[in-house]
Amino acid sequence: MSWIDIGSIDDVPLRGARKLKTRLGCVAVFRTDTEEVFAASNTCPHKGGPLAEGIVHGQSVTCPLHNWVFDLNTGQAQGEDGQIATYPVRVDAGRILIDGTALAARSAA
Amino acid sequence: MGKERLVVIGAGMASGRVLEHLTEAAPDAFDITLFNAEPRGNYNRIMLSPVLAGDQTYADIVTHDEGWYAERSIATRFGEKVLEIDREAKVVVGENGHVPYDKLIFGTGSNPFMIPLPGHDLEGVIAYRDLEDTECMMDLKAGQKCVVIGGGLLGLEAAAGMAARGVDVTVVHIMGHLMERQLDEAAGYLLRKSLEDKGITIKLQANSKEIVGEDGKVCALMLDDGTELPCELLVMAVGIRPNVALAQAAGLAVGNGIHVDDQMCTSDADVFAVGECVEHQGAIFGLVAPLYDQAKVLAQSLLGEEAAFVQKSLSTKLKVTGCDLFSAGDFADGEGREDIVFRDPSRGVYKRLVIEENRLVGAVMYGDTADGSWYFGLIRDGTDIEEMRETLIFGPAYQGGDTADPLSAVAALPLDAEICGCNGVCKGTVVEAIEGGAGDLGAVRATTKASASCGTCTGLVEQLLQVTLGDDFEMPTAQPVCGCTDHTHEDVRRLIKTMPLKSQEAVWQELGWSTRNGCHVCRPAINFYLLADWPLDYQDDPQSRFINERKHANIQKDGTFSVVPRMWGGITNPTELRAIADAADKYKVPTVKVTGGQRIDLLGVKGEDLPAIWADLNKAGLVSGHAYSKGLRTVKTCVGTDHCRFGTQDSTGLGIKLEQALWGSWTPHKVKLGVSGCPRNCAEATCKDVGIICVDSGYQVGVAGAAGMDVKETERLIDVATEAEAIDVTVAFVQLYRENAKYLDRPYKWVAKVGLDWVKERINDLDERARLIEAFELSQSIYRKDPWAEHAAEKAERYQPLADLTLEAAE
Ligand SMILES: Cc1cc2nc3c(=O)[nH]c(=O)nc-3n(C[C@H](O)[C@H](O)[C@H](O)COP(=O)(O)OP(=O)(O)OC[C@H]3O[C@@H](n4cnc5c(N)ncnc54)[C@H](O)[C@@H]3O)c2cc1C
Ligand code: SF4
Ligand code: FES
Repeated sequence: MSWIDIGSIDDVPLRGARKLKTRLGCVAVFRTDTEEVFAASNTCPHKGGPLAEGIVHGQSVTCPLHNWVFDLNTGQAQGEDGQIATYPVRVDAGRILIDGTALAARSAA
Repeated sequence: MGKERLVVIGAGMASGRVLEHLTEAAPDAFDITLFNAEPRGNYNRIMLSPVLAGDQTYADIVTHDEGWYAERSIATRFGEKVLEIDREAKVVVGENGHVPYDKLIFGTGSNPFMIPLPGHDLEGVIAYRDLEDTECMMDLKAGQKCVVIGGGLLGLEAAAGMAARGVDVTVVHIMGHLMERQLDEAAGYLLRKSLEDKGITIKLQANSKEIVGEDGKVCALMLDDGTELPCELLVMAVGIRPNVALAQAAGLAVGNGIHVDDQMCTSDADVFAVGECVEHQGAIFGLVAPLYDQAKVLAQSLLGEEAAFVQKSLSTKLKVTGCDLFSAGDFADGEGREDIVFRDPSRGVYKRLVIEENRLVGAVMYGDTADGSWYFGLIRDGTDIEEMRETLIFGPAYQGGDTADPLSAVAALPLDAEICGCNGVCKGTVVEAIEGGAGDLGAVRATTKASASCGTCTGLVEQLLQVTLGDDFEMPTAQPVCGCTDHTHEDVRRLIKTMPLKSQEAVWQELGWSTRNGCHVCRPAINFYLLADWPLDYQDDPQSRFINERKHANIQKDGTFSVVPRMWGGITNPTELRAIADAADKYKVPTVKVTGGQRIDLLGVKGEDLPAIWADLNKAGLVSGHAYSKGLRTVKTCVGTDHCRFGTQDSTGLGIKLEQALWGSWTPHKVKLGVSGCPRNCAEATCKDVGIICVDSGYQVGVAGAAGMDVKETERLIDVATEAEAIDVTVAFVQLYRENAKYLDRPYKWVAKVGLDWVKERINDLDERARLIEAFELSQSIYRKDPWAEHAAEKAERYQPLADLTLEAAE
């Protein structure tokens, strides 16, 4: 693993998300009501909705286009046949760190 | 042979039920006279608490109205007390004369017990028993003080009801925890905590010494330790005593209550008694379930059928919103008894089951009482629980490896499981009724009485309908908001106002949300209800809005946005047009389109560019057109008198004024207006949420039109003479919609639900109209602002990516 500092946790709204640009497309970084942080693909497998713009509730996010709901732990869509990739991310002294190795490994998948 | 003469003393819940059974089974058997000391007929006494809390009105709880008695030829003597009974001559002596009888029923209920403290006869010292008492409490205004002596079921319902009205309530209870007869300490603690959260002060182990008065009126309660609790009303709710004086004077056998046998017959073969006034095998009664059993037995006995009253164990619920509490059986500690306890402090849930020799003997539950009736059934039937001991605490859904689905839990209940505690109706009876054709809640209530009293079992009955009828049963319109709660939109709106709740956390906590922080369905709705009801206290939560409202632009299918500047009443000018054209150039807007509401739409703007394009448009004086919002969108206009040869009024001018009055307000759904200068209707005003047609004599205001998924013409709300009045009426209508509609109901759907007549009534009532306008203005003082300016200045950086890793070396 190679942890990359992508910003302060306060930069992501509580129960909200921000986009992270990478060479392989955007990743969404989510922050829940209890300060947990998750990272997952920003692109909804249904019709490509930008998940960073969705409503974050519990440990889930709802896609802003047609309301698919994804579990941020597993990336699995609730009641739908679809999944988004998730990436290891952690918070250290208020900074959000994401696993660069996992991000880079995406193209292989 | 003439009919037998039956006289009934007391129009209470027990005797009322006797009359129902009798007149149904044998409408012509008796000539009935009914006396009642209260100046009214039968009502559902147990629902006085919801009336007090403002959740229902007295009219809602009347069970038998004038018409009911008339149809059954029952002679009613309401407001007339029975003074004496001459059993020798078989006559009942009332205040206004006597009535002879062949058969007599006592249904005199009980008297509230008043502790004979010094001062107990002062004015302003009342019990909690009837409508008069309830009205006394309802007369208290917010901020006035009340002391309730007694922390039992009644005292707490009284306290909670008054607190919901803003009264400053203190409960004084002599024991160490509340409702000590029904609850253990842990549940008592949770109950206390949630009552304190409602603003009620609770004093435990407090001994009352004296009621202090001034000019014959109560002014404080003094405790043993010298504490003085000032109050303008003192409610004593410390217990009841069967009302036996009349029976005693008539020489009937009386102990604590009027002695009756299994047929409800007293020591006189022609005199019967039913309800709280009786004593049966040493027991007296204070809850309706056994009284209803008695009533049935009595009716059968009178008709010569064989029947016998049997005492059963009882369960208790507290009818205080937000305090879910259930208790049944015996839960005292004891030799050979074991406890199973479950706690979930974060949800405020507590359950305790008491087991003796593999049988459940008691259950106390707080916070989650859904399985109460199932446990109660196990207690009552003495079921052997050895097999399910491990999972017993998780309720019926977990027995037999089922999931926690409420429907399968109901399906798993045995046929003799009690569904409705008040009326003692079991599952089998309800299922039979449904199979016999009772296809909805109303029909089940009418045929079985299940859910017809306190209503806490309504959900269970509905689930039974669903289990029994399957797809043929459509859950009634009272759908819960979403999977996070069982409450309907209507309930949530009402509770936000009455409890009052002023934050989302309070709503989740107090209304028992099952999820951590809601979901995309309930959060936007709750957010709207809170800001509509408490504009000064509640701060809008952008994270509870969908992306369109959070970013003040419409998201398009490719993730880009569309930006629409406001053009008041559809009017613009070259400077504005130039600014729009410049912005379109600068930000490479691929499509520029005129919308159906006469505004210009810039389609295909990148999310990152939003703050910048807004800043540019703002500079030219353009503000957000809210084309994304559940709020006022546009006011479409025609050219009116300024240019058109048919125009009767300045329709464009009125449109501009309306848009300037209403913009920025959040509403349950989007709102669109139109103003046409004459009935030619070039602005297509007759398919808008509010559409105004100008005519020579003034303005015709129509509402509830639609041109979306449904197409519908407006209905005429009112005709007014002046422009000012047209604006007033429109604002009042929008506010009425804001205050009452369910989130995501367009005005036409809402009007269809409440009825245009109701809306007309409110708008035509000038006081109400003024109140609505004032409430709207108050809300606008907070919410009428340009979100673009705010975001472009303060939140621009949130629109950028958190970080850009495109330049990082991939490893
Ligand atoms: C506020 C409140 C809340 C309650 N909540 C619940 C609850 O949630 N669950 C539950 O199971 N129970 C509840 N109860 C108890 C329940 O209401 C009673 O058990 C039930 O009403 C008793 O019925 P009854 O017919 O015996 O007497 P009542 O309903 O009290 O009727 C007796 C009637 O007789 C009249 N009367 C008395 N003497 C005379 C006379 N000499 N001449 C003429 N008329 C006379 C009285 O005016 C009265 O109207 C509650 C009670 C109250 C007061
Ligand atoms: S609605 Fe009447 S006033 Fe308005 S433009 Fe059309 S014809 Fe003219
Ligand atoms: S694109 Fe996400 S739900 Fe359709």
